[in-house]
Amino acid sequence: MSDTAPSVEERTAKLEGLGTSRKRVEDVRFTQGRGNYVDDIKLPGMLFGEFVRSPYAHARVKSIDTAAALALPGVKAVLTAADLKPLNLHWMPTLAGDVQAVLADEKVLFQGQEVAYVIAEDRYIASDAAQLVEVDYEELTVLVDPLKAMDEDAVVLREDIVDQEEVGGHGPRRHPNHVFTWEVGEKDDTAAAFNSADVSVKEFITYQRVHPCPLETCGCVASMDPIEGKLTVWGTFQAPHAVRTVASLISTIPEHKIRIISPDIGGGFGNKVGVYPGYICSIVGSIVLGVPVKWIESRMENLSATAFARDYHMTGELAATADGRITGLRCHVVANQGAFDACADPTQYPAGFFNIVTGSYDIPVAHLSVDGVYTNKAPGGVAYRCSFRVTEASYLIERMIDILARKLDMDPAEIRLKNFIKKEQFPYQSALGWEYDSGDYDTAMNKALTAVDYTALRAEQTANREAFAKGETRSLMGIGVAFFTEIVGAGPIKNCDILGLGMFDSCEIRIHPTGSAIARLGTISQGQGHATTFAQILATEIGLPASSITIEEGDTDTAPYGLGTYGSRSTPVAGAATAMAGRKIRAKAQMIAAYLLEVHDDDLEWDIDRFVVKGAPERSKTMAEIAFAAYNSVPPGMEPGLEAVSYYDPPNMTYPYGAYICIVDIDVDTGVTEVRRFYALDDCGTRINPMIIEGQVHGGLTEALGIALGQEIDYDEMGNIKGGSLLDYFLPTAVETPVWETDATEVPSPHHPIGAKGVGESPNVGGVSAISNAVHDAFAHAGLTHTQMPHDHWRVWKTAERLGLLS
Amino acid sequence: MSKLAIKMTVNGTEIEAEAEPRMLLIHFLREDLNLTGPHIGCDTSHCGACTVDLNGKSVKSCTIFVGQADGADITTIEGMANADGSLHVLQDMFREHHGLQCGFCTPGMITRAHRLLQENPDPSDDEIRHGISGNLCRCTGYQNIVKAIRAAADQINAAKEAAE
Repeated sequence: MSDTAPSVEERTAKLEGLGTSRKRVEDVRFTQGRGNYVDDIKLPGMLFGEFVRSPYAHARVKSIDTAAALALPGVKAVLTAADLKPLNLHWMPTLAGDVQAVLADEKVLFQGQEVAYVIAEDRYIASDAAQLVEVDYEELTVLVDPLKAMDEDAVVLREDIVDQEEVGGHGPRRHPNHVFTWEVGEKDDTAAAFNSADVSVKEFITYQRVHPCPLETCGCVASMDPIEGKLTVWGTFQAPHAVRTVASLISTIPEHKIRIISPDIGGGFGNKVGVYPGYICSIVGSIVLGVPVKWIESRMENLSATAFARDYHMTGELAATADGRITGLRCHVVANQGAFDACADPTQYPAGFFNIVTGSYDIPVAHLSVDGVYTNKAPGGVAYRCSFRVTEASYLIERMIDILARKLDMDPAEIRLKNFIKKEQFPYQSALGWEYDSGDYDTAMNKALTAVDYTALRAEQTANREAFAKGETRSLMGIGVAFFTEIVGAGPIKNCDILGLGMFDSCEIRIHPTGSAIARLGTISQGQGHATTFAQILATEIGLPASSITIEEGDTDTAPYGLGTYGSRSTPVAGAATAMAGRKIRAKAQMIAAYLLEVHDDDLEWDIDRFVVKGAPERSKTMAEIAFAAYNSVPPGMEPGLEAVSYYDPPNMTYPYGAYICIVDIDVDTGVTEVRRFYALDDCGTRINPMIIEGQVHGGLTEALGIALGQEIDYDEMGNIKGGSLLDYFLPTAVETPVWETDATEVPSPHHPIGAKGVGESPNVGGVSAISNAVHDAFAHAGLTHTQMPHDHWRVWKTAERLGLLS
Repeated sequence: MSKLAIKMTVNGTEIEAEAEPRMLLIHFLREDLNLTGPHIGCDTSHCGACTVDLNGKSVKSCTIFVGQADGADITTIEGMANADGSLHVLQDMFREHHGLQCGFCTPGMITRAHRLLQENPDPSDDEIRHGISGNLCRCTGYQNIVKAIRAAADQINAAKEAAE
């Protein structure tokens, strides 16, 4: 090689590949206000849709009078269930195998339910007209308490399926309001463990109903081209291909005549996985009227009708030896599904991956049962920035471990270290059926404890409690320790599908003659920066600079089929597909290079951005040179061009984990809880872009802060939603949000092509436990065992009052 | 509904238009002027995604009717770039410090940060946090936004000093 040839370092730097904190390519348009979100789409003749929604949580719809609305100038149509019935579109399938009313069919089952859909020339007229639709209701008894849903005298909610034996194929129903019962583990062996235990603890723990609340609400623009017979729908879809298939199945429009496009999406966090009545009504409206129809949710509609999360009512039990070794776990959950089971979970898992509830601990035996029930609340059950029901499970085990520690008078860190799955136990088979891929929990925990100087913190807390007892301070210090194991990257087709669609993902790459490329994936970014990071994976695999690689997602006419972005599955599944497709490119490139250099394939070795003849480094072909050759001088018999596609079915999930420590100061007299310090160590395997990982952790922790300290979608006994706008629903501002300290260890996934595990949801999973444990820890010396979230000022003040701490 | 005649200056260009009196400024900007940078994120004036600069103040453009902005001088994110077409230092710093993810709050956030730095050219981190507390972000946890605004302040102040 000549002296002027770029050095290894220069060539590596030019690629901006794996491990680089590459600046985001998306930001160029976003910082200039040039993003293209669904509400920015404007088509000729486009109309606007608006729902008439139920003010009642449970009522019979006696009549709907649309005459006054239709008479308003500018109104084009008003749809009701009666209009959709002939098309068989008044009900739609949910992702969980249940059905959901598109427009209320004879009765309404939650406040805010869609009753009629007005289509008008602009959004103001649509809104006016919605006010003019007169609906006559007959109120029915309301059921909001999931714990009373299966009482003998409970009012029957779902008359439409009262004779149906099962929902979603999850076994027999015992009650008209029963959805499913899901059991995992060994019941008798677990009972035996409890019978012979030195000590056991039991607690009822609620994870309140919350909402993902991305800053952009849900919406779509449906446009039926009557000439081509082709339907195009732009929308806030986290899984555009799945939406296309579902749309085809329920509309009978052939799938090749449907094009789904996810434009820029303003955050998703699980909210945009499901299929909502607004999409169906807009599609019908466009077909009927022959012009595009736009539907954009208001914030109040978003919070009250599309995709709640959590609402799990959990009884946890731990059995242990006297010295703190856990010998068994038993858990029962009442899962409040709302009016329709619209949970976004893989088919075989009606309660998602809640059976990750053994957490990061080597628990020899466990038993879990989950009862899903209907109530008069909004449908949904999405994973709010977590893999399916993992946050609930992680919260339960992390609270229970602390409760056990208190009972045994052990330190929360010590009891965790005592029970961790050890490094040498991986791959580890959990008692509830998962195979954890890799980890080194002890190292992560010890690094965290050292980083915060845990011993000094406990000493400071002891001094604080003494000062409090003497009346020298009214502030109590709490230290929250949490360790979580996520289960993400759904998933192997053998056990993960949604509506029969295997949860693989895909990447298709085309290398252009001049050494640049385009790669298309089955996923869709909602802020995660896929256009930046997937180009980095490819840059390292194929030796072209990331800046020369365009990443495109979200258009079902051009992208290969994939199951979309949620459950931290983009990097584990589509990221793997990207690496595998890149390797196919490189394999072909190697043959071309060998031909050009007149050597055998095996005589070449890969060197960052080129193939080099072994032992003769001056003889090489760069990937850019090979790209051009692929279009004019391929070996005889080889097809020209340089393209590849990979559909990746992962052999296992990935199991990112982390150690989080939170320090709070609580003003006992006001209940104000301030997060003084938060240290987050995440191990997400191989790190693709440290800058983006850090940003994901900051954001997830801030969402965790919101959930732990204030978020709740609450209902009164009449089924009136109490947290349905940003007046009541807590989203942290920059003022409440602390400075987050981030750290990492890096144990790669053994089965992922580049060892990456996914990270976006980890901080939400671990963060809620750490903050809640800190609040409990602040009151532990006063005898607090458990109190329900959210730990808002009022609840914390009530706790202080109950414990006799107020002066 | 009868329409109001509206005159205003938007991003340096004089606009004459007609609009329904009840139309919100945000809808006028987005739908009549096709300035889709400012976004709509709530119904209750909490989120700040629609923030624009109006007569030298940060205003949530969902809180006022278009008629109330008659005669106003308005700057949206589309008008933030420098006269030579290069990006404003805040736009650069938001990218440099990873101060955005989904991008939905970004136009309002940058517009607000721009006004904040006129009000307080050398803010502490705490002052920045209070200064942007009317703008919600669901992705970043604000940490890198604060960093970006602080870095922009440093650059602007250094440039001012150099000019003096």
